[in-house]
Amino acid sequence: MSHLLDRLTFFKRVTGEFSQGHGIVTNEDRRWEDGYRKRWQHDKIVRSTHGANCTGSCSWKIYVKGGIVTWETQQTDYPRTRPELPNHEPRGCSRGASYSWYLYSGNRVKYPLVRSRLLKLWREARANLAPVAAWASIVETPQKRAAYVKKRGLGGFVRADWDDITEIIAAANAYTARTYGPDRVIGFSPIPAMSMVSYAAGARYLSLLGGVCMSFYDWYCDLPPASPMTWGEQTDVPESADWYNSGFLILWGSNVPQTRTPDAHFYTEARYRGAKSVVICPDYSEASKFADMWLSVKQGTDAALAMAMGHVILTEFYVKKQTSYFIDYVRQYTDMPMLVRLVRQDGRLVPERFLRASEIAGGLGETNNPDWKTVAIDAASNELVVPRGSVGFRWGEKGKWNLEEKDSAGQERKLRLTLAGEKQELASVAFPYFGNIEHDHFTGTKHQSILERNVPVRRLKLADGEALVATVYDLFLANYGVDRGFGGANTAQSFDDDVPYTPAWAEVITGVSRDKIIAVAREFALNAEKTRGRSMIIIGAAMNHWFHMDMNYRGVINMLVMCGCVGQSGGGWSHYVGQEKLRPQTGWQPLAFALDWARPPRQQNSTSFWYAHTDQWRYETLSVKEILSPTAPAGPWDGALIDYNVRAERMGWLPSAPQLSTNPLTIAAKAAAKGQDVKDYVAGALKSGEVQLACEDPDDPKNWPRNLFVWRSNLLGSSGKGHEYFLKHLLGTTHGVMGKDLGEDGKQKPSEVKWRDDAPEGKLDLLVTLDFRMSTTCVYSDIVLPTATWYEKNDLNTSDMHPFIHPLTAAVDPVWECRSDWDIYKAIAEKFSHVAPEVLGVEKDVVLTPILHDTPGEIAQAMDVKDWKRGEIEPVPGKTMPQVTVVERDYPNLYKRYTALGPLMQKLGNGGKGMSWNTEHEVDLLKRLNGEIVEEGAAKGLARIETDIEAAEVILTLAPETNGEVAVKAWESLSQATGREHAHLAIPKEDEKIRFRDVVAQPRKIISSPIWSGLESEKVCYNAGYTNVHELIPWRTLTGRQQLYQDHLWMRAFGEGLCVYRPPIDTKTIKPAIDRKPNGHKPVVLNFITPHQKWGIHSTYTDNLLMLTLSRGGPCIWISETDAKKAGIVDNDWVEAFNTNGALVARAVVSQRVKEGMCMMYHAQEKIVNVPGSELTGQRGGIHNSVTRAVLKPTHMIGGYAQQSYGFNYYGTVGSNRDEFVAVRKMDRVDWLDRPTADQPQPVEA
Amino acid sequence: MRDVLNHVIFGWYPYLCLTVFILGSWVRFDREQYTWRSGSSQLLRRRQLIWGSNLFHAGILVIFFGHFVGLLTPIAIFDTLGISHGFKQWMAIIIGGLAGIVCFIGLTLLIHRRLFDARIRTTSSFSDIAILLLLYAQLILGLATIPVSMGHLDGHEMVKLMSWAQGVLTLQPNVAALVADVNPLFKLHLFLGMTIFLVFPFTRLVHVWSAPVWYLGRRGYQVVRSRRASAIPGE
Repeated sequence: MSHLLDRLTFFKRVTGEFSQGHGIVTNEDRRWEDGYRKRWQHDKIVRSTHGANCTGSCSWKIYVKGGIVTWETQQTDYPRTRPELPNHEPRGCSRGASYSWYLYSGNRVKYPLVRSRLLKLWREARANLAPVAAWASIVETPQKRAAYVKKRGLGGFVRADWDDITEIIAAANAYTARTYGPDRVIGFSPIPAMSMVSYAAGARYLSLLGGVCMSFYDWYCDLPPASPMTWGEQTDVPESADWYNSGFLILWGSNVPQTRTPDAHFYTEARYRGAKSVVICPDYSEASKFADMWLSVKQGTDAALAMAMGHVILTEFYVKKQTSYFIDYVRQYTDMPMLVRLVRQDGRLVPERFLRASEIAGGLGETNNPDWKTVAIDAASNELVVPRGSVGFRWGEKGKWNLEEKDSAGQERKLRLTLAGEKQELASVAFPYFGNIEHDHFTGTKHQSILERNVPVRRLKLADGEALVATVYDLFLANYGVDRGFGGANTAQSFDDDVPYTPAWAEVITGVSRDKIIAVAREFALNAEKTRGRSMIIIGAAMNHWFHMDMNYRGVINMLVMCGCVGQSGGGWSHYVGQEKLRPQTGWQPLAFALDWARPPRQQNSTSFWYAHTDQWRYETLSVKEILSPTAPAGPWDGALIDYNVRAERMGWLPSAPQLSTNPLTIAAKAAAKGQDVKDYVAGALKSGEVQLACEDPDDPKNWPRNLFVWRSNLLGSSGKGHEYFLKHLLGTTHGVMGKDLGEDGKQKPSEVKWRDDAPEGKLDLLVTLDFRMSTTCVYSDIVLPTATWYEKNDLNTSDMHPFIHPLTAAVDPVWECRSDWDIYKAIAEKFSHVAPEVLGVEKDVVLTPILHDTPGEIAQAMDVKDWKRGEIEPVPGKTMPQVTVVERDYPNLYKRYTALGPLMQKLGNGGKGMSWNTEHEVDLLKRLNGEIVEEGAAKGLARIETDIEAAEVILTLAPETNGEVAVKAWESLSQATGREHAHLAIPKEDEKIRFRDVVAQPRKIISSPIWSGLESEKVCYNAGYTNVHELIPWRTLTGRQQLYQDHLWMRAFGEGLCVYRPPIDTKTIKPAIDRKPNGHKPVVLNFITPHQKWGIHSTYTDNLLMLTLSRGGPCIWISETDAKKAGIVDNDWVEAFNTNGALVARAVVSQRVKEGMCMMYHAQEKIVNVPGSELTGQRGGIHNSVTRAVLKPTHMIGGYAQQSYGFNYYGTVGSNRDEFVAVRKMDRVDWLDRPTADQPQPVEA
Repeated sequence: MRDVLNHVIFGWYPYLCLTVFILGSWVRFDREQYTWRSGSSQLLRRRQLIWGSNLFHAGILVIFFGHFVGLLTPIAIFDTLGISHGFKQWMAIIIGGLAGIVCFIGLTLLIHRRLFDARIRTTSSFSDIAILLLLYAQLILGLATIPVSMGHLDGHEMVKLMSWAQGVLTLQPNVAALVADVNPLFKLHLFLGMTIFLVFPFTRLVHVWSAPVWYLGRRGYQVVRSRRASAIPGE
C-alpha cells in the first residue's frame, strides 16, 4: 500500500534461508520491477517509414505509449518472395531506428516561425493596407526589403500564428503573380517516392498557381545522363533481390553495406550462393571487404578502366572468338548493325549521324517519318533495310514499333553487324582522344588528339549523291583500339601495347595493374556467356558525380551490353542513388501537377536554374574550348557554358523559368489586341525582340525568382552546389565566396546573356521552408512552417530496391502546432483564394514548355541543329522553339480546385511514356470512395480530395502499378504501338486494386506496368530492360535499341559520339585562393570527394544526438596518412578546406583507408551542430558544398531529339562536383563565434 | 513582541519543520519513487566532483553525528560518565572545527563547480543550487560560532542549546525561552538548521534516508525475492 510502511517490516522480511544461509528468501515489495516492465510496454504499434530519400524504404513499427512516440523497430511482414530466393526482411538500420528522437527534440520546429523584422514590417503595413498592397509596400521599399533579407541566417525568428503566416505567404504569391508573373513563384521539393502526397501537396498548389516545380534528380547529379542517352529511360534498375540471381557482381563505386544497408544481405546471400564479387573503388570501403578482388582505381578515371575491360572483352569474345550469345544479342537489341555516315572533315573521315531512310532515293518505301528511321544492311541479301523499332515507327503509325527481327514491310531480316568480309573496303576514320590533356593531379598519356583507325566501309548512292557509311559495330570496335587485322595505326596487337584502350594503357592512368584488368574483364564476360547475361554491375552515384560522368557510365554500360546482360535476370546495370523510383508515377502526376485542372504544368531543370539564378555562371572558369572535341564539326562552338544553355532554352530543348521577361499573364491580351493566335504572337514577338526570354538576362530584377518554397528538402544544407553563391546572390546575406567574377577578373563574358557589372544580391523576396527540424535551410529562411514528421502523417512510399508500396501513417497527431504538408498547402491555398481577388481573377497564363520526351514532338530536328535566333530557321513552337500553351487560372477558386479531382481526368484521360488511356471508370470509383462534392461552385460533383488519405487514394486508383484494371488498359495501349500482345502480363491481376488501408495492413507488391521496363512476377525479380528483351518493346531511343552511338551534332562536337576516356576537368579554384590568408600551417591540395555517409541519410540524422554519438559528433573530413603527414595534421585536428568557392571547417579523420591525393567529406553534414567559424571567411563553418560550384555540360542540354529530349528529372544538365580540388590545412585558431554578430570577424573581401 | 517572536521561531517553527520533514519525506517516498535519488552529476563531469564530494561528505557526516550526539544525549548521561561541560565544549570546537574546515573546502569546490561549469549549471534545478548555498551558509554560521563559544568555555551556553533541543524533541514548546538570550549567531544557526529540515523533502537531500548502510549487516549473498508468502528454492 505504502512503500514506506511496507519497508518497516524489517524484521519479518526474511522468510527463509537456503544454502547454509548464503541465500535468503524475502517477501519484500517487488513493485519497483514494474518500472522495467513498463519500459517496453506500449499502447499501440503503427506502420510508418522514413521519407529521407533512402532507397531502403523500410517499413517500421512505430510504438506509441501514452500518446507519445517512444521508439521504433523493423517490420518483418513483407510479402514473401518465392522458393529459392531469400526474403526481404529484416530491413532497417540504426539511422531509421533513431528517428523517433526527432519528434520531441530541441531541434523540432514546433510553431510557425517568421523573421521578426519581417513580421514587424508586415504588421505595420497591414494596419492600413489590404494584404497584397501591404506586401507590395514592403518589397518595393528597398530599405524595408533589405531589413530582413540581409539578416537571413543570422537568427531572429519569432512565433506567429497560422492565420497570419499563411496570409503573408498568400499575399507574396499573389503580388508576385500579378507583378512579375506566376513563374516567379518557385518550389523545390525532391524525391516524390519518399512521401508522394506531401510532394503533391506543394506541387499541386504551385501548379494551380502557375508556379514552377523544380527538378531534383539531375540537380543531385544522381541522374546518369548515359541512361537516357542509351536507353531513353530516366533510370530503371533491378531490385536488390535480383542480385541473388547474379553469377558475377561488380560493385563499382557503390558502397552497398554502408549506403544500401537493408539490402546488403542479398549481396551476402549471393556470395553464399557462389557469385564472385569484385569491388572497384579508390578507398578501402565497407564494401571492399566483401570482395574477392578489390581494384583501387585512381578516382575519376573509371572510364579508362571500363574502356580497357571493354577492350579485353571485345578482343577475346568478339574477335578471337565469336561468342554467339553476345553477337545475337547486340544484333537484335543494340544499334550496332545501324549505318553511320562518314564525312570528310579537315582531310579526315569522321563518323557523322545515322543514315536515315529519307536520304535514300524513294525513302526505302517509308512515308511516315522517314527522317527518323535508321537503316541497316540485311545479311542475306546485302540490301539496305529499315529495321523496325526506330523512333520513326513510334509516332504517326501503329503496329511496327517493336524489336522483332523484321523490316518495315514485315519480312524477316538478319542484320549485318560488320561490313568486313569479302570485297571489304577499308577507310581510315578519325576518333578523338582526350587522355593526353594535361592535369596537375591526373596522369595522362602522350598519344595524339586524333587517332585514325581503319574501318570497313561501304559506298552508297543516296538521293543527293554518294556517301560512305560504316556500321556502329565496326566503329565501336575501332574506337576501342581492337585489332581486327585491318592494318593501320592505333590498334593493339596485344594487351601490353601502349595504345588506347589496352589494359597496359589503362594501368598508367588508373593505377590498376593490367593483369587484374584482364582477369576481371575475362571472368565477367565468361560468366555472362555461360549464364546468358547474369553478370551485374552495381554502381553508385560516385562515378556519376564527375563532369564527364557519361563516359564513366557509358564505359560500364558498354561492358554490360557487349555481354548481353541488360534485360536479363541477375544481370545488368544497377545504378542506385536516391529513392527515385516513384512506382505509381502516372497515378500521382495528375494529383501533383494538377493535370486534372490544367495542362501543361511548369517544370524546370534545377541545375540550369540555380546556375543562372545563384549567379554561378558569373564565376565560370571552364571554357568551351577545353572540352570541345578535336574532331568537332564546324559549328557555333563559341561562347560560354551558359550561352549553350540559353541556346538550348530558346530552341525548345530545355525548360526556362522564369520563362519570358514579360509577365505571362499579360501575353494573351497582347496577342488578342493584335488579333493573333497566342502561339504565333509569341513566336513573332520573340523573333522581333518585342518579348525576350528571361534566361537572356537572369540578373534583371524582373527576371528574378521572387518567392521560393522549399519542403521535404534541405536545399541549403545538403544539395545546394555552390552554397556560398546561393547565400550571396539568391539570398543576399553573409557568405564566403572568395573568387572574383568574370567582370572583376576581366575575363571573356558570355555572348548570349546580358552582363551586369553589379551582380544582384538577394533575389528572393520570400523564402518559405517547411520542415520538422531546424535545418540549415530553415535557418536561412524568412518563414519556417512546422510540418508533421514521418510518424505524424499519412502518405505513400516506394523504392527501386524492393517491389513494395507501403505507407507512412500517423502514429500520433502532429505535435505542438505542426501540420502535415497536405494541410499546410491546403491552408495556404485557402488563404490565397481569399487574398487573390485583391489583384487577380480568372487569368490567361501563357506557358512555355520544352519539347518533351515520350511525346510526338520529340522528333523535332532530325538532321541538323538550326537556331531561329541566328535566322537559320523560323521559330515554330514545339519544333524549333518551346511549345506555347494558354492555360486558364481561376485564382479565386484555387482552393476549390486544390481539394477536388478536376474534370480533365474524364475529358482527356491519363497516361505516361507516350501511352494514354481512358480513366472514366477510375474517376467514378474515386467519387464513390472519397465522396462527391455537394457544395455549389467550381468543384460541384467532383471527387473530393480533402485529406491526405483521400489524396493517396487518388494516386492508388489512377496508377497502373496499384490498380490492375488500369495496368491492363496501359498494356493494351502499348500493344497498339508495338503490334504485339502485352496484356497477359497484367491480366492475372486485373481485379487487384490496392487501397490505402491495404498497404497499412501490409506492404503490397506492385503490379507490372508498361511505365517500367521490368516485371514483378512469380517468375522473375524486377530487372530493368526485361520487357524490352523479352517482350520486344523497343527502347525509347532514336534507333529503338540500346544506343551506343550518339549521333546528335552536339554529341559529336564534344567528342562523345562513342565512349572515350576523358580526364577530370580543371576548375582552377586553387591557385587564386591558396595563398590568400596564410595561417602558418602548410596546405595540401586534395581532390574533394563527397560520398554518402554512414551516420545519416543525406542531412537527416546528422543533427540527431543518437547518431552523432556514434560518429565524431560533427563535421569531419577523411584524409590519407601520407597527406596528413605532408600538412602536419594529426587525427581529430580541426582543419579548413577551401578554394575560391568558399571554405569549410571540419575535423580530420586520418585513415589508411583513404587514397593519397583525395579527401572524403561525407556529404550533407549540416552546419548547425558543432561547427566553428572559418578562419578565411569569418562565417560559421560552411558545408561540403561551400567549396563546390556547379558546372554545366553542353551535351546535357540537347533536346528535341528522340531520347535526347527533355523530361522532368529525365534529361538535362546535372550538377557534377567531383572534379573539384580543395586546399586542406590545419586551423590555427578555432573560433566558435559565440558572440553577437556585430562583434564577429568580417569576411575577407573578395 | 520579542518573546512572541522567539516563541514562534524556537517553540512552534521546529514542529512545523519536523512535520514537513517527516511527512514530506514519506509522501515523496511513496508517490515519487523515481525522484528519490541523489541526482549525481558525475556523468556530466568528474572534475572537482571527486575531491569536492568526498571532502564535503566526510566533513558533514562528522558534523552531523557530532550535533546528533552532542545535542540529543541527555545531560544526565554526561554527568554520570563524568564528562564535564567544558571538556565537551572543547571536544565540539576541535572536532567540529576540523570537520567544518574539511566540509568547507569540499562544499566550496562543489559550489564553484555547480555554478561555473556551464554543463552542470545548465542541468541544475533551482533546488540543486539553493540547497548547496543553504548548506554553505549554515556551515559558515556554524564555523562563526566558534569564536563566540571561545568566550564562555564553561559550557553553560551549550547546555542551553542541549536543553532546548531535547525539550523540543520531548514536546515541550516552552523551552523556546531557554534560547532567548543566546548569541544571535546561535539563533541564526538554529533557525537555518530547522529550515534545512523544512526544505529537506523537496531537495536531493532525501538521499540521506537511503544511505546504503544496510548492506553492512545483510544476511546471505543471494537474495530471492519471493512472490509467495514463504518460499524457499528447492523446497
